[in-house]
Order: sequence, then C-alpha cells, then structure tokens
Amino acid sequence: MATSPGGLKRFYAVFIVVALAGLGILGYLLAKPSTVSIPVNVAIQPSDTAGFHGYVKGSASAPVEITEFADYQCPFCQTFATLQMPTIEERLIKTGRLRWRYRDFPLQQHPFSRLAAHSAACADEQGKFWEQHQRIYEGQADWAASSDAAPVFRGYAKAIGLDLGRYDACMSSAKYAGRIQASQQEGERLGVNSTPTLMVGGRLYQGRFDSDAIIHLVDSLAPLAAK
Amino acid sequence: MKFRMGAALLSLLGLFVAAYLYLYKIGRIGTLACGTGGCETVQASEWSRFHGVEVALIGVLGYAALLVVSLISLQPQLAGRRWPAAILAALAGGGVGFTAYLTYLELFVIHAICRWCVTSATIIIAILVVALFDFRAATDRQAT
Repeated sequence: MATSPGGLKRFYAVFIVVALAGLGILGYLLAKPSTVSIPVNVAIQPSDTAGFHGYVKGSASAPVEITEFADYQCPFCQTFATLQMPTIEERLIKTGRLRWRYRDFPLQQHPFSRLAAHSAACADEQGKFWEQHQRIYEGQADWAASSDAAPVFRGYAKAIGLDLGRYDACMSSAKYAGRIQASQQEGERLGVNSTPTLMVGGRLYQGRFDSDAIIHLVDSLAPLAAK
Repeated sequence: MKFRMGAALLSLLGLFVAAYLYLYKIGRIGTLACGTGGCETVQASEWSRFHGVEVALIGVLGYAALLVVSLISLQPQLAGRRWPAAILAALAGGGVGFTAYLTYLELFVIHAICRWCVTSATIIIAILVVALFDFRAATDRQAT
C-alpha cells in the first residue's frame, strides 16, 4: 500500500517533533546540575576491598580496638557521633588507650545513607574522611529532610577545603560503591543487623551507648589485652 | 508504508530510551527516573556489560540501525519491496532475542526489574510485530 506524498509529509512532521522533544529532554538532563546517586547491590571487585578494612583513628599500638558499624542517616548513630564520640576521642583515643575503626553499614530504609558514606569516602581520598564524617553527622537533620542530600554534602566538602573538582569526579563515578557494599556485607556476615553496632574483641554490642559505658569497657579489656 | 512509519517512530523512541540509560551508565546523568531502584541495581550489576560492552550502548547502536533502515525503507521507490521489511524484521528479531536474555537475567539472576528495560522490551517487540506485518503485506503484494 503506497502512501500519498501528503501522508509522508505528515509522518516526517510528527517524526521531527518527536525527535526534537526527545533531544530536548536529553539535553535538559545533561545540562541540569548532576544529582549523584550511589548504586546498591553493586558487584564487588577485589580492588574494592584490597587493603581497606575501615576508617581508623587512634594509635596502632592501642591495647583495645572497637569497630563501629554505622549508618549516617541513623538517628542513634548521629547522637553517638556528636554527643559521645568527642568524649571517647578525648579520653581514650587521644590517650592511646583505644583505636576506633568505622565501617559503613547503610540501612536500606535510609535513602541518603549510602550517598553520605560515599561522600565521606571521597573525602578520605583527600585525607579528610573524619572531617567530612563529622560534618555529615552534625548536619543530619538538615540533609535527611531534604529532597536531595548531594548538594548539602558538597557544601560540607567545600567547607572542609576539599578540591571540589576531584570530589565531584569521585562522586559522579560512584567508585566506592563496591567498598561500601563490601563493608555492609562483612557486617552482615558478622551478625550486624542494626546500627550502631560495636564489635569489641570479636563480640557484638548493639543498642545505645554512652561514653561512660565505652570507657568502662575499655578499662576492663585493656588489662586483658596487655597480657 | 504505514508499518515502516511505525517502525521508524518506535525506533526513535527506543533510541532515546537506550541513550538515556547509556548517559546514566557513563555518569552524565545523575539519577534514573525509576521509582523502584531496580534500574540502578540492574545498571550496577556485572550483567550491565555484554562481552565488555555496555548493554545500553548495544541498545543505542541497535535502535540506531533500526532507525536508519526504517527511514531508508520509506523511500517511495522501495514501497512494496520485501527486502527492507526482511532486514527490519531480522534486526528486530535479534533485538527481541537479546531482550529476552536480558529479561531472564533481571528476573532470575539479578532479581531486580528496571522499568526502562521493560519499556525498551515493549518497544522492540512492537517493532518486530510491525516489521512482520510489513513483510506479510509486501509478500501479499508480490503474490498478486
């Protein structure tokens, strides 16, 4: 069945309209400021975990090590990081009695926790993990309620003096998604199912903690560790 | 010709869907409008590459080929010719086969469904259907 020249013209007119609309939408998406997202269930590569076992602060010779599995969007983790950690840091970590290891354990119900963990990982690339980590926890109430936390984290990155070009490239690439996933899987393998969870000497402690409880724990373990 | 017009429009839509997924995959678009999160799971999986090539890029190239063939087949001197319809059907048939493999991976291996992949699957099946109708119409014309 042949189509009249008029029919073909109408088709080309519709075709051009659809093409322009599609190009316009793609152009808009390319032009608007990129909203970063970090994929979940990413395939973990050997390079994601090679030589990396969490973010550590404290002396390598400290007699006690505590590993914390935490989620940046978890309210208990936030209060622990902002209210209890300063005391723990002052009295235990800085005095060489405790080494602290932070592991990401992003919970599925928190939409920005993986993005926050990735933001901190990108800060770590420039040697400022703990600064970004602290900012993210301190600002939890601001970004957790926002529709897009990425610009807030970028603001923290700028405030702590990160090279924003490197930070943006790091975030866009989602290069640490596998590392975050691996950390979460390791936590699950160890039996972590909530946050914050502390692992001390191979035992898991779940729930709310205060600095006094941690100090007592370290005091009781330090003599054992020294033997 | 109306089937070929339909194939051209569907190929154009498929091209935009594949381009959208590819631009996301190479980091030029921050998030996918997906809703379920399944799109990111699928895109981040090891099966988002086929023999080292991004599946979304294969989609872009496939739909681009379908678009070119369907637009060429609209030339008045090719009206009623069977071979353009045969090429369209062969290309779309290959696309449907590949889509079936990807859908199997989503359902039974990755355990996540990407809505944009479902959209693409619907488009490629529709292209195959119109290409087969076109082929049958061209065959009928040659027989009479």
